[in-house]
Amino acid sequence: MKNLFLVAKLDIKESLRSRWFLVYLTVFGGMMALFFVTGITDSVVMGFTGLSRLLLIYMQVTVVILPIFILITTVKSISQDRESAILEYMLSFPVSLFDYYWGKMAGRFFIVFFPVVLALVLGVAWGALKGGELPWSMLLIYSALLFAMCAVFLGIAFFISTLVKSHDVALGASFVVWITLLAFIDIALIGLMLQNRFDDEIIISIALLNPMEVFRVGAVALFDPELTVMGPVAYFLLDSFGRTNLLVYAFVYPVVLGIFFAWAGYWYFSRKDLL
Amino acid sequence: MIRIEKATKKFMGATVLDSVSVTFLPGDKVALMGPNGAGKTTLVRSVLGFYRLDGGEIEVFGNSPYQKRTAVLERIAFIPQTPPPIKLSVKELCEYISKSSGVEVERIAAEADRMDLDLKGNGDKPFFKLSGGMKQKLLIAIALSRKSDIFIFDEPTANLDPKARERFYALLKELNPESIAVYITHRIEELGDLVNRTVYMDLGKITEDRRIA
Ligand SMILES: Nc1ncnc2c1ncn2[C@@H]1O[C@H](COP(=O)(O)OP(=O)(O)O)[C@@H](O)[C@H]1O
Ligand SMILES: [Mg+2]
Repeated sequence: MKNLFLVAKLDIKESLRSRWFLVYLTVFGGMMALFFVTGITDSVVMGFTGLSRLLLIYMQVTVVILPIFILITTVKSISQDRESAILEYMLSFPVSLFDYYWGKMAGRFFIVFFPVVLALVLGVAWGALKGGELPWSMLLIYSALLFAMCAVFLGIAFFISTLVKSHDVALGASFVVWITLLAFIDIALIGLMLQNRFDDEIIISIALLNPMEVFRVGAVALFDPELTVMGPVAYFLLDSFGRTNLLVYAFVYPVVLGIFFAWAGYWYFSRKDLL
Repeated sequence: MIRIEKATKKFMGATVLDSVSVTFLPGDKVALMGPNGAGKTTLVRSVLGFYRLDGGEIEVFGNSPYQKRTAVLERIAFIPQTPPPIKLSVKELCEYISKSSGVEVERIAAEADRMDLDLKGNGDKPFFKLSGGMKQKLLIAIALSRKSDIFIFDEPTANLDPKARERFYALLKELNPESIAVYITHRIEELGDLVNRTVYMDLGKITEDRRIA
């Protein structure tokens, strides 16, 4: 176990120096800053208070870019470690595969989760400074949703990286996962609904299985459905399951899915060729 | 000792190790030779537990490199074919090795010193930014500091200038006579009196295995 923390610590140090992390930090921090500069918080539109509206927009942008960021950077660094024989060298020391794999996972988790939550907290703090009320429950729920999002996409990224040995194929696979999930959020689902070729149940199931849609619905579920443009699928889910159930599901499902993929990746990693 | 018994390894249908049987005993200093693609790297990687064999078995001091991976690796020091572009700083890399393998950083620094490499002065540099020769020296210093029972060197001198190479060979003379050393090499003449056994591989088989006095 002590090596798990060692691997995690060194991975965090390495990531903090890396270029992708700088870009990552700039994108999420910059997004928040941009929201403030453009004055989204100052207006009251469609019944939203400024701050909650800002946070919702932040979540809606995050749902699109966070997954691809996590997938690409994680898959890239793991497959590069393998192709450049870094993995061969690091694993020639008496570190168990368990410690190495889960240490990398823990380090990565910290490094992708920390900036997105930090941006969220900064947003809330700034909003509170400007005299708004502190939306504690919103901050808590959104942090939980971001946590779940990081868990599921890190799990998928580690799964892809252990299964696919080639750098290019692994990157391609990540991109396909992202595009597929993105295609099946509300917009495409509405299209399917309108065509009337599929049962509503099928469409609802697809929505519930897609972690990106689940995240989106979870983020929007805090608001009064009459006021938000949440899309028919989200509306339907909220209507039939209730807010609390939906929020619990939006947290638990991605986390469980992430753990499943992460374990599947570990299972493969510890039983097949390492290089 | 390393006991390799009918080891067979295939990559996508191509047989890279073809029922290889060989035993290395304490005191064996082996030059492992053969053309590119013969399977030398695959053989040593199998000993290090990186590959699952398709047939046969490997034991290192009685332990399987898969089932008792860390126990096996505790006894082996390994230098890869080319220094990998590790992004950790020199200090961080030494911390990783020190904590995982129970070697004091001071010991690594002392070995580095004997190779004319200033470890402390380069501590904050990322490993991959060191020059080719410095990287190789550090890898050698790390391997020697571990005082292992088995040393595996996959073409360790490829990046060294002649002077550094000589110094490396001088250090190797001090290896514990009871340890096993396997050198994958194309330059047997340079190893000279360091080896007492030569093993040739070709097309995944051992074609010649000779002890030299
Ligand atoms: N991980 C791998 N996947 C697929 N093929 C491999 C892999 N490693 C080695 N090979 C192939 O196995 C053969 C033997 O390689 P190797 O053991 O590196 O030879 P040597 O070290 O003697 O030059 C080569 O043809 C190489 O292409
Ligand atoms: Mg080789």
